[in-house]
Amino acid sequence: MADFEVPELKETLEVPKYVDGTMAHSAPYIAKPQFQEPLGYPGELVENWQQVALDKMSDLKSRYRSFQVYLDACVKCGACTDKCHYYIGTADPKNMPVARQDLLRKVYRRYFTFAGKYFPKLVGAVDLSKEVLDDWYSYFHQCSQCRRCSVYCPYGIDTAEISMAAREILDSVGIGQKYCNEIMGKVYKIGNNLGLPQPALADTLEGLEEEVEEDTGIPVKFPLDQKGAEILLVTPSADFFAEPHVDGLIGYAKVFHEAGASWTMSSYASEAGNFGMFIGSYENMQKIALRIRKAAIDLGVKRIVFGECGHAWRVAYAFLNTLAGPFDFLDPRYPVPQHICEYTYDLIQKNKLKFDKSENDHMTLTFHDSCNVARATRMGDKPGGQFDIPRAVIKAACNNYVDMPVDTIGEATFCCGGGGGLLTDDLMEIRVKGALPRAQALKTATDEGGVTHMAAICAICKSQFTKVLPYYGFTMDQIVSVHQLVSDAIILTGAPGDDDSGEDDKDNSDKE
Amino acid sequence: MSALSVSYAILFYLATTILVAGLVYKIRQYWRTPAPLKIATTPAPVTQTGVVLRMAREVVLFASLFKSNKWIWIFGWMFHISLLLILLRHFRYFVDNTSIIWFWVPLIQPFGKYAAFAMLIGLGGLWARRILVDRVRYISSPSDHLMLALLISIATSGALMKFVSHTDIVAVKAFFSGLMTFSFQPLPEDPILLIHLGLVATLMIIFPISKLLHAPGIFFSPTRNQIDNPREKRHLAPWAAELEAEKAK
Repeated sequence: MADFEVPELKETLEVPKYVDGTMAHSAPYIAKPQFQEPLGYPGELVENWQQVALDKMSDLKSRYRSFQVYLDACVKCGACTDKCHYYIGTADPKNMPVARQDLLRKVYRRYFTFAGKYFPKLVGAVDLSKEVLDDWYSYFHQCSQCRRCSVYCPYGIDTAEISMAAREILDSVGIGQKYCNEIMGKVYKIGNNLGLPQPALADTLEGLEEEVEEDTGIPVKFPLDQKGAEILLVTPSADFFAEPHVDGLIGYAKVFHEAGASWTMSSYASEAGNFGMFIGSYENMQKIALRIRKAAIDLGVKRIVFGECGHAWRVAYAFLNTLAGPFDFLDPRYPVPQHICEYTYDLIQKNKLKFDKSENDHMTLTFHDSCNVARATRMGDKPGGQFDIPRAVIKAACNNYVDMPVDTIGEATFCCGGGGGLLTDDLMEIRVKGALPRAQALKTATDEGGVTHMAAICAICKSQFTKVLPYYGFTMDQIVSVHQLVSDAIILTGAPGDDDSGEDDKDNSDKE
Repeated sequence: MSALSVSYAILFYLATTILVAGLVYKIRQYWRTPAPLKIATTPAPVTQTGVVLRMAREVVLFASLFKSNKWIWIFGWMFHISLLLILLRHFRYFVDNTSIIWFWVPLIQPFGKYAAFAMLIGLGGLWARRILVDRVRYISSPSDHLMLALLISIATSGALMKFVSHTDIVAVKAFFSGLMTFSFQPLPEDPILLIHLGLVATLMIIFPISKLLHAPGIFFSPTRNQIDNPREKRHLAPWAAELEAEKAK
């Protein structure tokens, strides 16, 4: 199945002894010049790359307090060394958060600190050589920017900040990552990560309308580019056709239908994900975010709601107001933006949705807290709402729910292994190995709690799990969207009482 | 005054200047560097008071470290709290005992005295981890070991003077009071004392150019000091505002 060794699931999660260089060979494809230039980066490695890289580092440390403080503050206490899913899965010491940061910190020390300039050996400072640059490219693409290390660091040092800076430096010397940069090019040209043009999108949505009507007898709409709608839904483009993402999209549509809301999607801003964050580029992230502002203005909507997507929700919740605000032209009664789980949860609280939970009785659910939702955002008005609200939505639609072990959920959640720009086939080994801690936790929940399915609210998590969990003996249909559960259990107004769609689902999953 | 006393006087003026100027420089740098995005590690407080409490939990109790690793926490916390007690105890060398702020100095003495042992246990535990735990050994540079050696030597030489071979502390106080009032007094030429003071001056000098910057650094850590309110309040760094103004042109 794989040309690398897949880690074994044991009784409990073990922290391995380190083994040098196990992942030194891992590196994603380098972006071709035509994918670099639209983002404002040189097409290939520039001649004076050392100087350009150091200038960029100097620029970043004057613009980002996090970068400057985190390069200085680490005391090498070791608290983070066993916290990264990539270290646990690969045993490569450079995948320990502190060691990953040190790849960059040792260069910072050499060129920007007194100790590193005059006593480099003493403080482990090194010159910026081609080997160091190659190490950066390899290991800063083995970080999913999940922020688990930042929870445990006594100073809150966030390796994601260092990774983003490193990728920005790499891009500015001309070594970009193909996957991320090509995708951003598609967003600029077409409007979404998948390069799905308006006619194809319209066609897909029409197909979904027919499918849902056939299934339920109710004409649930999937509007596109509808001017004057009240709500703009921005969702990851994977929701338009990937499995199980699309079942989530059907769920959102059914919720809007039941709420009697007027809503629309936009073909111009048909992407919630914002890969500008992965490469640490404020400018690119802003350019992508501004598409959402423009769509909202052009369509004349009053609210913006985001679909299920982890990193997208981080950019939306934490950065959108900064990057593309102020949103004073929207209805001030609602937060900008809202998460679809917040939207559905509100309706559940107001008793506006009815569910037949037994439709989901063939499953016992657990919930995977997506890393960026868990540690970089909030839902609702209370801290921790990002954990409670999705679970409340699941429990409103399902009878059987069990959490995974407590040190693997909530703020301690393990990343799926495919976040932060790593969801590409050329990084399959690190993706599979990085999923070990989550797979281990899922196995525990399966053995002890009889869990059959894991729900997620992130397009990357869903794609990653359907692909890598089979390496650990699970099946791809064990991953479901949260709003897929809503979709299956929601009672649509005027629906025929005897709806057997749940039974169909069961038959399908048995076959696969 | 002997040449030795003069050199120690110069050394402490120099060390104090470097410590203060270095810290002022670094703190100013941290202060002036904007945090362009809201990156609080969530769940995070939604009010300013909440942030103050979160920071207090981090600084006083090492809350995140407690979540992370109980061994590092117990050794690290023991070391830091002992260091605090010992520093407070050393105020007796700098505060005039007729002064109105003297009253607490005698009270702290017994705590500061025995804190020496807790400090040595804490530092020893941290060093043991650095050597024995493979992952921590991997990330350690020579300077990380030397820093522990320096602190252990300071603590040991200090404890020796308290518990084994007393030094003339009245004269030591006269020396430091003299430095503060520019009326110079000789320093007792006791080898342990000279080693102790020399190492302390070294520590002061390397403070602003080493990882000891974690002390001011934590207060500027955006993941810990930001309020979680990005939807309610627009956060805009000066350079981001400039970028926006340029685009609007």
